[in-house]
Formats: sequence, C-alpha cells, structure tokens
Amino acid sequence: MVVKASQDDPEKARRFREAALPYLDDAYTLARYLLRDAADAEDAVQECYLRAYKHFDSYRGPAMKPWLFAILRNVCRAEYARRKTAPTAVEELPEGGDQTPMWNEAPETPEKQMLRRFDGDTVRKLVAALAEPFRETFVLREIQNLSYREIADVAAVPVGTVMSRLARARAMLRSAWLAEQEQAK
Amino acid sequence: MTCEEAEVLVHALIDGELDAGHAREVEAHIEGCAHCAALMKEYQEIRQAIAESDVSYKAPLELRRKIEKALPQQQAAPSRRSVLRGFAMGSAVSAMAATGLIAIVLRNDDEQRIENEVVSAHLRSLQAGHLIDVVSTDQHTVKPWFNGKLDVSPPVIDLTAQGFTLIGGRLDYVNAREIGAVVYKRRQHVINLFVAQTANTERKPAKVSTLQGFNIRRWSDRGLNYWAVSDLGADELTEFGDKFESAMRANKEG
Repeated sequence: MVVKASQDDPEKARRFREAALPYLDDAYTLARYLLRDAADAEDAVQECYLRAYKHFDSYRGPAMKPWLFAILRNVCRAEYARRKTAPTAVEELPEGGDQTPMWNEAPETPEKQMLRRFDGDTVRKLVAALAEPFRETFVLREIQNLSYREIADVAAVPVGTVMSRLARARAMLRSAWLAEQEQAK
Repeated sequence: MTCEEAEVLVHALIDGELDAGHAREVEAHIEGCAHCAALMKEYQEIRQAIAESDVSYKAPLELRRKIEKALPQQQAAPSRRSVLRGFAMGSAVSAMAATGLIAIVLRNDDEQRIENEVVSAHLRSLQAGHLIDVVSTDQHTVKPWFNGKLDVSPPVIDLTAQGFTLIGGRLDYVNAREIGAVVYKRRQHVINLFVAQTANTERKPAKVSTLQGFNIRRWSDRGLNYWAVSDLGADELTEFGDKFESAMRANKEG
C-alpha cells in the first residue's frame, strides 16, 4: 500500500497519526470479531487506515473511533462479499438480520445459581460464535463501549434497530453461556 | 409494560441509555416481575464477566509498521522516495533496513538529483569557514566526533601516506538529511567524501561522473553510499577512491 504523492502531506500525516493510531488495537479487535480470521483482520485494518487517511480531509468529527469503525465495517463487508463468491465461503450474512435466529432462544426461566465465569478465550469464542448482525452490535457495545447512537451511525441503522439487535445478541449469548456452563459441569 | 417490551428495554436500562421516564417504567415492571428481574441480573452478570475478562485483541506490530510505512514520513520531503531510504537515518527506516525487507534501487533521476546536491554541498563547503567542523589530521579524533551526530559512523581513514591528507570532518545536509562529510586535501585541492547509510548492503562498483566542472566518484559498500567530490582530475580522484577502498579492505581484514 503506497499513498499517492498528492497525499504526501507530512502535516496531515502527523494529525492523522495522532488522531487515528491510538485506536489501532480497537480497530483490530473489531475486525477480528467481524471476520473471525487474524490475517483477514490485519488486511482489513490496513485498508481501513489507508481509506481513512484518504478521507481525513473531510473528517469533521465528532468522534474518531466510530468514524474509523464505519470505514472498517465497510471494508469487512466487502471482504464478506468476496468470501461469499469464494468456494470456501462458510458463512453468509443473514438477510433481514432482525428476524429470529433459527436456534433456540434464551430459556424462559432464568437460572437460580450464579453464572459461571469463563476465561478470556472461552468468552471470545462465545462472542465470536454469535451470528451477524448481532455479533457486530454486541462487540460495538460491550467491547468497544460505543453508545447506541454511535453504533447506529457505524452500522447505518436506526437506534431502534440497535436496541432490538442488542437485546437479541445478549439473549443469544446468554443461551450460549448457559450451554457452555452445562457442558463444563 | 409487558414482559416482551421489558425484555428489550431492560438492555437500554443496563446501558444507561433510557431517559428518566422510561427508566422508571422498566424499573417498575422489574419490581413486580421476578422473571424479568432475574433475567436482568443475569445480563448484568454476563456483562460484568465480559468487562473483567480479556476479550480484546492487540494489533500485531507488523500491522502497525505497515500502516506507519504507508503514511508520509514527517521529515521526508514529499515525492522523494527510494533515495530517501538510501539516507536511512530515521529510526523507522533503520528498522526496515534491519529486517532486510527492502532492497533499495536508486533510480537514475534520483541519483542525478543527489549528485547535484552533493556538488552543491561541496561548493558550500569551499566558502570561508564552512569546510570543517572538526579540524584534525588524526582519524582517531575525527571518527569519534561523528558519534552521536549521525546514526551512521562514517569510516575515517588516514591516507596521508598515500598522498591524501585527512584534514577533518563536517556535518552536511543532503537530500533533506544530515550526512557525514570527511575532508581530505591533495596539494590545494579539497576532496569531500560524503557518507550515508543505505538499506542496500550490496557492493556497487565505482562510477565517475562530472558535474559543473567537478568530478564525482560514487560507490557503495557494506551498507554505505559514498560520494567523493573534488576539482581534482578524474584520474586522481579515481586514485583516491581506489586507495580508500583498499585501505577499507585492509582494515576489515586486519
């Protein structure tokens, strides 16, 4: 990746570094959860920063992190589209993603006991197993700490959709959590 | 409020995204509904568990470097690319050189431009009081003088016995970078030997060219680029370069 000469403005590069590079770990984390592949995540983040730098002149705020995430999300969706056409594609983005997922929902009755704590790897696995677009919403909220408004902007959906997706995501994660807990017994 | 509504709104309550009016409604429902209260407790526990476990990832160093590399470097002048890396004195560039990832090929136009700058630097040095920063005929004085001034330590070799007197060293400025110059004299003729680090460790044989009446002998060896500039004749400058290179070889072998 080489930035064109017209982009070769050291002052712009300095401002961009200061504004965007502190979010590199966050961007990489989001890409890991969206793409579930380390090498693809790396490529996506690199592409994201390249695009962000190109459009940095038109960046007006307010917050850098959601702005970067919106770009990153588009890059990741393009990667998904590419995978779809590739013979090795394993997952498809559900159409009309707000419909009830196929597997069973949260059990009607909450557990009486305390929920078990899992190590980081297990939690990552549970989160990564969520279906899209619920995984995306969940990660933006619980791991990236974005507000509903910011998530809505990143995912380009109304705030109401963010709320219903998040409710669904947490219900799904709770089911998976309980199932994991049952298995670990 | 129904349980169905509460099951969605309870999340907004947990996240502090509800306005006061709606928050009170959800709380009122939860107070009177054991099911929803227990669910909310579980969601909060899961949320807490996630917050306390390490679920984020750290970007690989290689990714950070790739992004840094793609951005224009602060000190580099725009649109000068490959040769800048030949003057590898910045830490990022040194790091790249260290990994051996980048082989530098000098492009002809860049080479030409650098030669122009080297000759200009030579001319500047001939103005009164500009030739030498450290005056010494002793290589053991001149060489340490460069330490801490440049990332590269230019070789300083005494060639007095070969008819070229070492008279000192100087910091100069070529290609928007600081560069080391070792100064020799033969009779009344000054020879500036400019030395810059390069990522390319391949040995490049000498090339002699003439620019604005000055002769330039350029070569590369062991990760350094050399330009010897003088108003000496091409034959004598070639002699200087040959003696310098054979002294270097003798140094390395001895």
